[in-house]
Amino acid sequence: MTTKTLSNIRNFSIVAHIDHGKSTLADRLIQSTGTLTDREMTEQVLDSMDIEKERGITIKAQTVRLIYKADNGEEYTLNLIDTPGHVDFAYEVSRSLAAVEGSLLVVDASQGVEAQTLANVYQAIDNDHDIVTVLNKVDLPAAEPDRIKEQIEDVIGLDTSDSVMISAKTGLGIPDVLEAIVKQLPAPKGNPDGPLKAMLVDSWYDTYLGVMVLVRIIDGELKKGDSIKMMGTGAVYPVDRVGVMTPAFVATDRLGPGEIGVLTASIKEVADTRVGDTITTDKKGCTEALPGFKPAQPVVFCGLFPVDANDFEDLRSAMGKLRLNDASFSYEMETSAALGFGFRCGFLGLLHLEIIQERLSREFNLDLIATAPSVVYEMEMTDGSQFEMHNPADMPDVVKIKEIREPWIRANIMTPDEYLGAILKLCQDRRGVQVDLSYVGSRAMVTYDLPLNEVVFDFYDRLKSISKGYASFDYTISEYRAGDLAKMSILVNDEPVDALSVLVHRSQADKRGRAMCEVLKELIPRHMFKIPIQAALGGRVIARETLSALRKDVTAKCYGGDASRKRKLLDKQKAGKKKMRQFGKVEIPQEAFIQALKMDD
Amino acid sequence: MTVSPVGGFGIYVHWPFCLAKCPYCDFNSHVRHQPVSQERYAKALATELARYAQMVPGRTVDSVFFGGGTPSLMEPKTVETILNEVARLWHLTSTAEISMEANPTSVEATRFAGYRSAGVNRLSVGIQALDDKELKILGRQHSVSEAIQAVEIARKTFPRISFDLIYARPNQTLKAWEQELNRAIDLAADHLSMYQLTIESGTMFQRLYAAGKLEMLDPDLAADMFDLTQKVTAARGLPSYEVSNHAAPDAQCQHNLIYWRYGDYVGVGPGAHGRLTLEDGTKLATSTEKHPETWLGLVESQGHGSISEDILGHGEQGDELLLMGMRLHEGIDVPRYEQLSGRQFNPQRLLNLQENGMVEWVSNTRLRATQAGFPLLDAVIAELASD
Repeated sequence: MTTKTLSNIRNFSIVAHIDHGKSTLADRLIQSTGTLTDREMTEQVLDSMDIEKERGITIKAQTVRLIYKADNGEEYTLNLIDTPGHVDFAYEVSRSLAAVEGSLLVVDASQGVEAQTLANVYQAIDNDHDIVTVLNKVDLPAAEPDRIKEQIEDVIGLDTSDSVMISAKTGLGIPDVLEAIVKQLPAPKGNPDGPLKAMLVDSWYDTYLGVMVLVRIIDGELKKGDSIKMMGTGAVYPVDRVGVMTPAFVATDRLGPGEIGVLTASIKEVADTRVGDTITTDKKGCTEALPGFKPAQPVVFCGLFPVDANDFEDLRSAMGKLRLNDASFSYEMETSAALGFGFRCGFLGLLHLEIIQERLSREFNLDLIATAPSVVYEMEMTDGSQFEMHNPADMPDVVKIKEIREPWIRANIMTPDEYLGAILKLCQDRRGVQVDLSYVGSRAMVTYDLPLNEVVFDFYDRLKSISKGYASFDYTISEYRAGDLAKMSILVNDEPVDALSVLVHRSQADKRGRAMCEVLKELIPRHMFKIPIQAALGGRVIARETLSALRKDVTAKCYGGDASRKRKLLDKQKAGKKKMRQFGKVEIPQEAFIQALKMDD
Repeated sequence: MTVSPVGGFGIYVHWPFCLAKCPYCDFNSHVRHQPVSQERYAKALATELARYAQMVPGRTVDSVFFGGGTPSLMEPKTVETILNEVARLWHLTSTAEISMEANPTSVEATRFAGYRSAGVNRLSVGIQALDDKELKILGRQHSVSEAIQAVEIARKTFPRISFDLIYARPNQTLKAWEQELNRAIDLAADHLSMYQLTIESGTMFQRLYAAGKLEMLDPDLAADMFDLTQKVTAARGLPSYEVSNHAAPDAQCQHNLIYWRYGDYVGVGPGAHGRLTLEDGTKLATSTEKHPETWLGLVESQGHGSISEDILGHGEQGDELLLMGMRLHEGIDVPRYEQLSGRQFNPQRLLNLQENGMVEWVSNTRLRATQAGFPLLDAVIAELASD
């Protein structure tokens, strides 16, 4: 096989809001180019994890090579990189976008542009993409393609005169999409004779082939047997295989400029590969790395503890296995007075946290207690030293702290204007600073700077609930800012519960303290004695609730015929107690550790 | 001669028929519009007794209890047949307690003398309430005046009588219960069983409750009523010896004490349960088919109506001993618990219970629930049973 002529290659990705039909369109493209037969097609071919299919999200970037014979009679190689749509994976998205020259912007023809669409399309524009606009679901009665086209022109500033109208579900317009890719998107550029320069787009672990590395060749050629060097880490590996994804791996002799393919090279774990790194040959390689490389940076941390302390080793091994395939997730051992042995885990964001938790329970059958998510604080001490604090339990003595800095985000929220008032109030209540507010028809777009620690708990849930699900939200981490932050402890029956302590802004402390005490009062079952539940800032109690004592819990009748049935009930009670955590004399149910932080503003 | 195991040895005979199903009752009771052949049932009950006598032979019977259903629908002759069979199979002495449950209708009262002649020496009368309107709501077939007359006849006929009341009924006030309770004690039984109304699954009350047509009493008020009941009965010479049972000195129900002391009992009849310690020390939990006619067919065709005979493990025996024994004011023998269960109480949990005033040591070896602990007994037991 010879290296493809650059002019007959098109590399592209698909940008869309969740549910606007990205994966369905990808499926249709694969099907109509005959890449997979109808028999081989399953729904959402490129989303291989169960969680991806169920939630309709893409977590890992996937790629597929399509061979398309265009109307002009020429054969084209179309490389599609399917990117994650969620902000948690913004960096992965940016690398995938940097690996291609164009994008299909898929917009639901009745729902129009959403916040996530914007964030992703701006990234595509930042990467100098040419963009084909695709209006999906035009067959639905509610579709208003003309209005949505106008919205795209107004909000994003894209020319929509060449838009393609499709229904990914029925297959309507799919040939037009393929033609538009060939005609509207540019061919890649590259120097076939220069030293190898390739971008590491993504990597994953395959049970049979080991670590697989997705690469975009910029210049030069990659062949089996080459000795390659990762410029970021300096590691050198001999290449075992090169190939393309169809979407199954198919070995080829070489990959040339403009091509997107896969290599394996006896790399032990995914953590040895860094997304965005530049790959070149060990000898006579290129000297200048590609711009934009950043190591993965966790932004949200939480503690994960096994419900049954005996499962600790199982949890450790499960974490190791997950990490094999997801280098952006980090963990280190943690001990909690309340929860015993567990791990402090770092995530790219809240969705990432949820996904990892769900995979641990689903794929490894582990029952876990998750503590409240916390952001990473920058601590500056009076002695001039600095450190990053991942856990409020590590809070140093207040007198030694000079300054605490917290991460802020810039959030874009799009909403029908009837919910705008409630959304503005929510943002203000969460210490938000309004940056921009504009209208497109009856939809408002508002930009806010918000502290991440006000967002991690339940901001998204609240936003969805006050807008009846209509508002969409997207954010990027912007900067660290100094804040008047303090550690709030929760005392249950006069004992501090370390797993419930949080860092709060002083202006929010009273409200948050009250809310936490109220929720805990609901969640902790009544005991044989009354239980004070307090929130304290420094040594000062700022909120208090009292859970009154249980007064009656006794079976009226219990005779010879009741023994077996009562014994089974007792077994259930005992099992229920195992799921509680003992703090002094008080048993606290697991869900309390995460529920306590949700607030009904 | 075989020595009786700890806690005594009793025989429970279940008579599964009622004239009507009470809306609160989840016991195994059935209404039949055709007369049942008492002769066939008596013979089947005797067949089951004979089988158990082979499993636990030579015991001295401390108690026989006819429960139901409504055992006062039995012919005195049926009762006599069964008691004769018990005497033939084991040792039944004149000191044994022979109890029977009865409904206080005028028809049933006419059979009291016949039961006494058959050997019954203790009658437990299901009065349930001393208010005609309440009796209607509870689905009872008798009036207050009928009940009082039946108690009069019973007191003249039997050496010992008891009766049942249901309280913490919907809309009941504390004051109304206090009056009713005092009137009940005036009726001069030596034993009273007083149960707070609970919603049991599968009952008419449960369906009404689920449909929002029956409102249960506020739990705090129910707790107040429980406390009041303890005080009033103690002051009037009928202190509680179990969560819901009150007796004059020496008038405690020997049969139920066998359950609560986790002794051995044979259970015959449809849906009856038993606990038997075999010669090799194995503890067996037995139960029989619930549906009367199916049970009858099984006994007649295969010689017994058993549907399960399970060997109880150490943990199960320990749990049952706790569930039953902690209901008694005398508490439990802790070394016996440790031997049966093969475990000790979690010292921290036990200490917490003591510090909260829920349990106390009566001697070096006996632990019991305190007055404060009884209303919370289910929670106390769960603590004791947890690691």
